[in-house]
Amino acid sequence: MIRKYFLIGVTLITSLVFVFKLISLQLINSSYKLLSDNNAVVEKLIFPERGYIYDRNQKLMVSNQPVYDLMLIPENLKVFDTLELCQMIGTEKTELEVKLKQAKRFSVKLPSIIVSQVSKKDHASIQEKIWKFKGFYLQKKSIRKYQDPIAANLLGYVSEVSKKDLKKNQYYTLGELIGRQGVEEFYESQLRGVKGKKFFQKDRFNRIIGPYEYGKYDEESKGAKNLTLSIDSELQKYGELLMQNKRGGIVSIEPKTGEVLTLISAPGYDPNLLLGRERSENYRKLALDTLAKPLFDRGLQAQYPPGSPFKTLNALIALQEKVITPNTTYLCNHGHRYARGMFMECHCAYGSQNNLIEGIYKSCNTYFANTYRKIIDKAGESTAGGMDIWNKHVKSFGLGNFLGYDLPTGKKGFIPDASYYDFWYKNGKWRSATVVSNAIGQGEILTTPIQMANFTAAIANRGYFYTPHFVKSISGDLLPKNYSKNTTSIDSIHFETVIEGMHKVVEIGTARIAKIPGIAVCGKTGTVENFIKIDGVKTQLTDHSMFIAFAPKDDPKIAIAVFVENGYWGGRWAAPIASLMIEKYLNKEIKRKWLETRMIEGTLLEEYKKPYSGKPFSVNE
Amino acid sequence: MNNNIIARLDWLLILMYIILVTFGITNVYSSTYNDAVTSIFDLTQPVGKQIVFLGLSLFIGGLILAINVKFFEQFAMLSYIVGILLLIGLFVFGKTISGATSWYSFGGTSLQPSELVKVATALIIAKSMGLFQTDLKKPTTLLKIGCFLLLPAFLIVLQPDPGSAIIFGAFFFPLFREGLNYSYLFMFLGLVGLFLITLSFQIGIAIIIIMAVIAVLFYFIKKLRRKVKVWPFLLVLVISIGFSYSVDFIFNNIFEQRHRDRINIVLGKETDTKGIGYNINQSKIAIGSGEFSGKGFLKGTQTKGNFVPEQHTDYIFSTIGEEWGFVGGVFVIFLFCGLIMRIILSAEKQVNTFRRVFSYGVASLIFVHFLINIGMSLGMVPTIGIPLPFISYGGSSLLAFSILIFIHLNLDANRLNDW
Repeated sequence: MIRKYFLIGVTLITSLVFVFKLISLQLINSSYKLLSDNNAVVEKLIFPERGYIYDRNQKLMVSNQPVYDLMLIPENLKVFDTLELCQMIGTEKTELEVKLKQAKRFSVKLPSIIVSQVSKKDHASIQEKIWKFKGFYLQKKSIRKYQDPIAANLLGYVSEVSKKDLKKNQYYTLGELIGRQGVEEFYESQLRGVKGKKFFQKDRFNRIIGPYEYGKYDEESKGAKNLTLSIDSELQKYGELLMQNKRGGIVSIEPKTGEVLTLISAPGYDPNLLLGRERSENYRKLALDTLAKPLFDRGLQAQYPPGSPFKTLNALIALQEKVITPNTTYLCNHGHRYARGMFMECHCAYGSQNNLIEGIYKSCNTYFANTYRKIIDKAGESTAGGMDIWNKHVKSFGLGNFLGYDLPTGKKGFIPDASYYDFWYKNGKWRSATVVSNAIGQGEILTTPIQMANFTAAIANRGYFYTPHFVKSISGDLLPKNYSKNTTSIDSIHFETVIEGMHKVVEIGTARIAKIPGIAVCGKTGTVENFIKIDGVKTQLTDHSMFIAFAPKDDPKIAIAVFVENGYWGGRWAAPIASLMIEKYLNKEIKRKWLETRMIEGTLLEEYKKPYSGKPFSVNE
Repeated sequence: MNNNIIARLDWLLILMYIILVTFGITNVYSSTYNDAVTSIFDLTQPVGKQIVFLGLSLFIGGLILAINVKFFEQFAMLSYIVGILLLIGLFVFGKTISGATSWYSFGGTSLQPSELVKVATALIIAKSMGLFQTDLKKPTTLLKIGCFLLLPAFLIVLQPDPGSAIIFGAFFFPLFREGLNYSYLFMFLGLVGLFLITLSFQIGIAIIIIMAVIAVLFYFIKKLRRKVKVWPFLLVLVISIGFSYSVDFIFNNIFEQRHRDRINIVLGKETDTKGIGYNINQSKIAIGSGEFSGKGFLKGTQTKGNFVPEQHTDYIFSTIGEEWGFVGGVFVIFLFCGLIMRIILSAEKQVNTFRRVFSYGVASLIFVHFLINIGMSLGMVPTIGIPLPFISYGGSSLLAFSILIFIHLNLDANRLNDW
C-alpha cells in the first residue's frame, strides 16, 4: 500500500505546500508588491540651481556654470572604437579599460562616471561623436562660477557630501553637493533650496514612460535663494591686490550698520582652484602649505596682540573710570621706570610732558602705562577688582569673545582677567606693574582683525556697534539673525577726546602717510612685538605692522583694521594700506599713485623666509 | 502497426501536455519580450527557437506513437549507450556556456545531451527491472541498476552541472514502488536529514543531535521489543557521524562559495537581498507582486525589468506568478499534479513490468523537476539550475520530456496489447 501511494502522496503534499506558499506570498504578504514597485518605479531627485551671490552693489560675484560628466551604462555598451574614444577624452587605453571594468563591477544597469567634468574643448568633440559609442552619454552638472578670483575664504566652496555629512544630516544622499566654509557653508540651506522628488513609471523595457500615478507622490523642489553680501567686491579685490606678497588680514566695516565691507586674508587663493576635477588635488596642496597657510582665514582666525591701537581703549576706560581727565599729563623720559629695575622704553623725547591727546598721537608708552596702572589700582589694595572692571569694559567692545557674525569660522581672542593672573601668580601676588604690558596692547591680550575692525567701528560710532555681518539680504527671505545694536560701557562724551587724538595721529602723528586730502581720517598705528619658537628657543621676529582707522571723522562710513605680519612699524605697511583702502572706498579713485605702486609692489616674502633659513637673522631692519 | 491507437490514446493527458506547452511558450515570449522581437517565429529569438523545438517534439512524438510498442524495450540498451557516448563526447566537442560544458552547438541552436539521457536512463532502468531474473533483493541487481544511474550522473557532475545530476535520484521512486527495501527509504530520508542537520548546525552540535536521535530511537525500539542488539545502532551512529563529517568537508572544501551561498540562503543562515540571495529574492518579489490575478500578460514589471536572472529558463515560474498571479500559479501546480497523478495511475494498471516502471519513471522525473524548480522559485529549495518541464525555455528539455510523454502515451494506449 505504502509503496503504491508513496509518490502520489508526495506529489499531493508538494502541490499543497506550493499552494500554501503562494497564498502566503501573493495573498497574505503585501510587502512584495511594494518591493516590486521599488524596482519598477524610479525616483528622480530634482535639484534647484544653487543660489547666486551678489555684492553690496548688486554686482554678481558667484553664479553657476554647466559642466559635463561622461557617463556609461555598461548594459547598453556595444562594441566601439576604443582608440577613438581614448583620443577623444585624452586618456590611455589601459586607464579607460580599468574605468570600464570598475563601472561593470559597480553595476551593469546603473550609470557610472567615466570622465568627470570633461573640459570645454573635449565636450564639443564628444558631443558630436557620442552617437558612435552606445551606452555612453554626457550628463550635465552644475558647478560654481566666480566672476572674479577673489574672497575665496569668505565665500567658501562646494563639494560632494562625505560619509560624515551623511551621518550628520539626513537631508543629503550620496553624490549631492554641500557648501563648505564661508558663506557657502553658513547659508547652505538658503543657497541650496530644497530638492524635489519625481516618481516615474518604468515600462517593461525598464524605460521611463511617464509620471507614476500622475505625479501624486511627487514633491516640488523649493527654489534656492540668492544672497546679497555686505561685501564691496571692488574694495575686496583692491585690498587683495594691496596685500599680495604679504601676510596678514584686513577687515573693514560700515560702522552705522555693522556690515563688513571687506574680509581679506593674505595670502588667499583663487576660488577656481576648488572647482572641478582638480579640486581635491588643489585642496591638498593648499592644506599642505603650512607656512603661508592660505586656507587659514587671517581676518577671522589669526590672533595677534593688538599693540598700540589698544591704547585708545585704555584711554576710554580711564576717562570712564575718572582716573584721568583729557588734561592729565605724565612726564616721559624716553620711557619710564615702572618697578624696581624695570624700565619701559618710549620713543618720546627726554622730558616730554604729554597730555592725553599728545599721548595718543605720539603713542607714548609712559602715558598709557601710568593710565593703565591707575585703572587697575583704582579699587585700592585689590588689583583684582580693578582688573575685572577693566576686563568688563574691554569686553563690552566685543573683544575676547566670538562676535556672533554669520560665518562658520572664528577665534575668541583673549582678554585676561583677575582669575587668569591669580592662576599664574599664586595668592594674588601680582600688581598693576606686573601686567603693565596690557597698557600698550602687548602682554597677554590677543585679538583678531575683525575684532579690531569692530572695535574701531565702536569708536567711530562713539560708543556702540552693530554685530558685524557678511550678508545684507536674502532674496525673498529674512536674515536668519537680527543684528542688534550693542552699546559699550563707555559714555559717548569720552570718545571725542580720543577721536581727536586719533585724528592727530594722521594729521601730525605717527601715521602722517595715511593722510588723504579732503578726508578727515582718524587712526592709530601699532608696532607689535611677536615671537615664535625655533627649535624650542623663543625667537623675536620682525614686528607686525598694524593700523586701525575710520573716516570721515564726523560721519564715519568705513572702519578698518589692517594687520601686516612682520611688516615692522605701523606706518610702514598697515597705515598706507588702510589709507588707500579708505581712499578707494570713499573717493572711488586713488590720487596717490606712488603710494599705491609702493604698496602693491612691496613684498615681505624675504622676511617670511628668515625663520626657516636655518641661519641667524636680524629683525626690525 | 497500431491501427486504432488514436482511439485508445489518453486524450486528457495530451490536453494537459498541450496546455502546459502552450502556456510555456506564452511565458517564454513574455520573459524575453524586447524591442528586437518582430515575430514570434523570429528564429534568433528564444520564443522562435522554442516553437521550432515544439514542432520537432510533436513530429517525433507522432513517430513514437506510430512505432510498435515492443521496440522501446529493445531499443533501451542502444539508446543508453548512445546517450553515454554523447555525454563523453562533450568533453571533446562540447560548448561551454556559463562555466558548464553541457552543450553541442549546431549553428544557431544547441543540444543538451544530459536532457536526452534522462529518456535513455528511464528506458534502461525499466528494461532492467523487466528482465526475468531481476530481483531487487539481490545485491547484484542493485549494483547493476546503481551503475546505470551513477554513470550518467557522474559524467554530468564532471561537466560540471551538479543540478542536473541530482535528477537521477528521481529513479528512487519507481525502484521503491517495485519493492526496494524499506531500509533504503529510511536511508534516503536519513541521509537527507543528516545533510540538512550538518549544514544547518556546526559539526559539533550536529554530532550531538545525531547521537541524541539515535539514543532516543534505541530507547523506543527497546521498549517495543525486548531483545535489541546494540551494535546496529552503534554502526548507524558511526556511519552517520562519518557521513556528517564528509558532508561538512565537501561543503566547506569541495563546494565553491556560490554553491555554499545558495544553500545557506535557503537554510536562512544568510540574507543578502542584493548579492547572493538576489535571484531568490527577486523571484519571490516577482511572484509576490502578482497578487491574486497577476499584472497581466506582458505587464510584469519585474519580468520586464530583467530583475530576475535566468527568468525564461530556471525562473520561468516567477513570470507566471507575476503576470498570472495566484490563479496562474495554482493552475500550473494543479496541472502538474494532475499530469503526474494520471501517469502514475496509468502505470499502476500496467501489468508489464517494463511499461509500468517506465511510466512510473516518467512521472518521477516530472515530479522531481516540478519539486526543485518551483520550490526554488518560491525560495524553499536551494538554487539548482534545472528547468520546469514543458514550460522553461530550452529545446533539449522540451524534446526530452515530450519523448517521455509520447512513449508513455504509446505504452498506455497499448496496455492491453502485445505483452
